Amino acid sequence: MRWFKNHTDFPEFYNRYLDTFKHKSKDVESVRFVVFDTETTGLDVISDRILSIGAVGVTKFQIHVADTFECYLNQDTFNTETVKIHGLLKEGHISKIEERQAIESFLNYLGNAVIVAHHAAFDVAMINASLKRMNLPKLKNKVIDTGELYKKTKYVKDQKNYGLDELSDLFKITKHDRHTSSGDAYITALLFVKIASLLRKKKKGLKLRYFFDFNGWF
Amino acid sequence: MKNTIAERILDFLKHFPPFDTLNTEELFAISKEVIVLHFEKDAYIFRQNNAINDCFYVVKDGAVGIYHDDNLVDQCDEGDIFGLRALIRKDNYMLDAKALEESIIYAVSSKLLENIIINNNEANQFLITSFATNTRNPYAETDKGALFAYDTQAQKSSSNFTEVQSASFSKNPITCKAKISIKEAALIMSENKVGSIVITQQKKPVGIITDKDLRYKIATGIHTIDEAVETIMSSPVITFPPKITVAEAQIAMLKHSISHLCITQDGTVDSELIGILSEHDIIVIHGNNPSVLIKEIKHATSAKRLQEIREKAHNLLANYIEQHIPIAFITNVISAINEAITKRIIDLSIAEMSTIPPATFAWLALGSQGRKEQLLLTDQDNALVYEDVKNSNDVKHYFLKLAKAINDKLNTVGFELCPANMMGSNPKWCLSVTEWKQQFEDWITRPDEDKMMLCNIFFDFDNVYGNQHLVDDMSKSIFEAIEQYEIFLNFMARNALKNPPPLSFFRNFLVEDSGEHKNQFDIKARAIMPLVDAARVLTLSKNIKHTNSTLERYQKLADLEQQNKDTYEACANAFNILLRFRTQQGLKHNDSGRFIDVNHLSKAERLKLKSCFKPIKEIQEVLRVRFQLSQLM
Repeated sequence: MRWFKNHTDFPEFYNRYLDTFKHKSKDVESVRFVVFDTETTGLDVISDRILSIGAVGVTKFQIHVADTFECYLNQDTFNTETVKIHGLLKEGHISKIEERQAIESFLNYLGNAVIVAHHAAFDVAMINASLKRMNLPKLKNKVIDTGELYKKTKYVKDQKNYGLDELSDLFKITKHDRHTSSGDAYITALLFVKIASLLRKKKKGLKLRYFFDFNGWF
Repeated sequence: MKNTIAERILDFLKHFPPFDTLNTEELFAISKEVIVLHFEKDAYIFRQNNAINDCFYVVKDGAVGIYHDDNLVDQCDEGDIFGLRALIRKDNYMLDAKALEESIIYAVSSKLLENIIINNNEANQFLITSFATNTRNPYAETDKGALFAYDTQAQKSSSNFTEVQSASFSKNPITCKAKISIKEAALIMSENKVGSIVITQQKKPVGIITDKDLRYKIATGIHTIDEAVETIMSSPVITFPPKITVAEAQIAMLKHSISHLCITQDGTVDSELIGILSEHDIIVIHGNNPSVLIKEIKHATSAKRLQEIREKAHNLLANYIEQHIPIAFITNVISAINEAITKRIIDLSIAEMSTIPPATFAWLALGSQGRKEQLLLTDQDNALVYEDVKNSNDVKHYFLKLAKAINDKLNTVGFELCPANMMGSNPKWCLSVTEWKQQFEDWITRPDEDKMMLCNIFFDFDNVYGNQHLVDDMSKSIFEAIEQYEIFLNFMARNALKNPPPLSFFRNFLVEDSGEHKNQFDIKARAIMPLVDAARVLTLSKNIKHTNSTLERYQKLADLEQQNKDTYEACANAFNILLRFRTQQGLKHNDSGRFIDVNHLSKAERLKLKSCFKPIKEIQEVLRVRFQLSQLM
């Protein structure tokens, strides 16, 4: 199985990525969260490709602009329909890199951080699909979905899916650069910090594990 | 790497001082290191006695209250900065900062900002220093910052600002060659109606002939008109670059005893001649200045004509304000013009009377006119005093008639009649010197609120026209009465505290100490008058005579009381800023400039005004302590 591949078979950057998991912080006040978003050519994890990755680090529930990641990827596959949404043309003037290089830089930046994303499953799957094309295993990071996180605060009774726009309005977050990966990552980061603040107000001495396992702690 | 988030933060910061003075590169360096913080309502950003964080804060969304021992000191809204002072002081926080609403705050690394400021320019350093230290004395000479548009004492040295204007010279100088005859040159001069001709060689000036040369060297027979111009020309010529100032020109003319300067491309004799500047040009430049206006006033024969001249003075004022001429200079000029107009009106009015005045008298300007602080045309406040006479009824009748004529003419000029009838034509304010003394004594020994208001207006009287002895007598009586009845000063001081300055600005409102919000700011009642009133009562208590202007009063006070020097200087500076601000507002809206719509104030303007509230608070505290007003109130 690929999962148990010997480390020596991995490229150096991936081993470095794995090494970061040797020391894991469990303290919610010192753990590094990386809030990220991808823009893609479409919603099919197999056939579509990542156009850009935007991410920003959150430590102590403060958004550190110095800890950002932003990259744009060269494309083979191109979907003219989605250009209308994210505005990323195949031949833009923003400098672009190859998928391999983008994933390497991103993992380098990500390390052992806890991943935060809105509807995280899709973005994580897109990264994992890229990794798979590089014959590498999936991301090892813990993942928080802000959509789920919000639902599980039980501030709302219904369990429908809350979109980023909807939650931004609800939390009065200005929607700058919506539909760019960095813009969405920043909006998601604000959303995460605000939801976390609500949670911490409700529950003193909040532990990191509560972010992954909500059931029955209110 | 593209950094969308940092760009967005830059887009926000660039609208607010001091970030608006940084270039994009510098601001980007700051933006990409910002930490974004989120605070729930009532959460503390920092608390009193906390160790300082290595950053200061900018409100992005929401609002933050700054507290000192639970008293609200300031309110910050979008774009406001806080937490900077502790950083500069390098000491624990002295205040609490608490989110008044759910807030997003940008934390800006102080080191980054410092680096940029050090590498950038001095002005920014000043800006930050003054921004940061206005807890104590933002007006100290070393703290001058562009942000607050200081009216510095230092600028006072330029006594006549036209001197530093660049001189405009004649652009098409009349020239000739060195070999032509004096007669030919004189013919060219006559033809062009000029008093001088420049002798050039390949367009470079080599010499000059003026009317004076023709008078001294030709008409006297020393040279004949057939000789070549080069035999009598003055050479070499004195040259200057086109940017010469009036002062430089005047000095050069005096130094070399000449009346013409050659203006060349690069200011040397080796470059092309582009113009000539004569003594006459200098006189024309001075034609736009106050002394010319005053000359015109002296020759005016009607109120209508004086009104035209006053309009010119109004334009002069607008120019002065635009050119950031120091307020002390502007008030001197405008007061001198107002005074000259009033004097001329009195002369004209006396001439209209059937007889000369039956007794000596003096015409007094009151209030802001008396303090020589009136810049915009407002309504007139004046009074008349005449010597003690036997046939007082006839004399009073004469002076009332005269005063009426004067008031009417002033009205024609643009000084509207006083709605409260505080004018010399009011029998109450047209009194003999003894009556005035009795009046003052009554106000001082039996003060009430109405009398106090009158004291505030009448005690700032200034002799505009007439007998100085009468006026000195009046002054003396005030000081004597106060000496007999010192408690008066306590009443006066209490009156000066009636209007505390507002606390701050918040969004589109003025915030009162009570927390109340208003959208209009009465700059006269809430900021200028408190400073004027405090200066008056303090100078009276210190027995300082013959100083009426608020600036002079604070300067005298600063000289006398070293321990309060900082406060007094801060007050003088605040007064300058406020008076300039009011004048600008008045010129802009063509009104008295008194009521300011907070909605229309920029962030920088709010900061500027806010910086003036602090010294007002301080001076009111001085009054409270000195006159032990806590017991009285």
